[in-house]
Amino acid sequence: MSTVESRGTITVAVERCKGCELCIPACPPRVLRMSEARNELGVPYPELLPGCTGCGACLLVCPDFCFEIFQYETPVLHEVAS
Amino acid sequence: MSDVRDDALPTLAPPNEPARKVGRIKPALLLHEDHDLCPGCGEPVAIRILLEVIEELGQERNAIGIIGIGCYTAFTSTMDVDLVQALHGRAPSVATGAKRMRPDTLMFTLQGDGDMVNEGLQEVIHTAARGENVTCVLLNNGVFGETGGHMTSTTVLGQRTKNSLEGRDAGRHGHPILIGDLLAPLGGTAYAARGSVHDAPNVVKTKNMIRRAFEAQLEGRGFSFVEILTMCPTGWFVPTAEGPGYLDDVLAPVHATGELKNGERLVGTPQLLEAARAEERGRR
Repeated sequence: MSTVESRGTITVAVERCKGCELCIPACPPRVLRMSEARNELGVPYPELLPGCTGCGACLLVCPDFCFEIFQYETPVLHEVAS
Repeated sequence: MSDVRDDALPTLAPPNEPARKVGRIKPALLLHEDHDLCPGCGEPVAIRILLEVIEELGQERNAIGIIGIGCYTAFTSTMDVDLVQALHGRAPSVATGAKRMRPDTLMFTLQGDGDMVNEGLQEVIHTAARGENVTCVLLNNGVFGETGGHMTSTTVLGQRTKNSLEGRDAGRHGHPILIGDLLAPLGGTAYAARGSVHDAPNVVKTKNMIRRAFEAQLEGRGFSFVEILTMCPTGWFVPTAEGPGYLDDVLAPVHATGELKNGERLVGTPQLLEAARAEERGRR
């Protein structure tokens, strides 16, 4: 196991996502990936992995207003399989 | 619906840990988030930053938008600013009249390339040449998106559209009009810039361009213009995820981004310029 620090996090409006994937390469720490599951529109949506910085790049490029951005007062640590 | 894999974090609700919200889901001037534009479209991104700038300049109750006809027109039912629907291509002329009657307002047009550069090219050129104190915002994707996806006057050579599937060819279809470069040298133009929304840094730069254009208008400096390159993966026949790359590779080399002009409209002599600005200040 290893530890990954998240300085921020996001919420994702899964039901509104149209699955365009623009947020995936936009994320500087590369902690977004598309889901295997599909939403009610029948498309995959972004999932968050540990390491978010709360920079808001995903929000800036999202055409469907799916993201809210939060920055933690104290960074949150996650144990991940190395 | 929230079937995230085991290693993914919960994102359906705000965090339980102490945290500060630094990014809102939508601008306050957008009544709700839902819209019917295609996946991967760049226009909602442009509309977000436009509304955010209006809000940040404190012009929420002072702004009037004159709207052209295109996919973006769908947002007229959810944008919480005063709006006038213009005939196809005529928004700059409507804005001219409205601004002359209400010089105290922040007057902007929102148009696509089909609307501004095909249907109403002379409207925007004359509005700029007269130095009308309005801001024209162009969403440029090189496609008549709403009416079927055929090419426009800004479609670049080699760009795919519904009727240029092999790419626009100069011999058959002629050359694109670089509207920003056409408007910038005109004496009435105070500010002209071309931005893009294909990645986060360019979204931020483009938002600053819109702010500087509105500031030029609020200072009474003359005509201001912001062209925004937007993705249209449906019209370009590319997967949504390849839209930003296609914009960067095909459109941006021709419609080069950056500020084209940031100055003052030309008025005969410095004395006349000062008199024009004093008159503008007096009216405000």
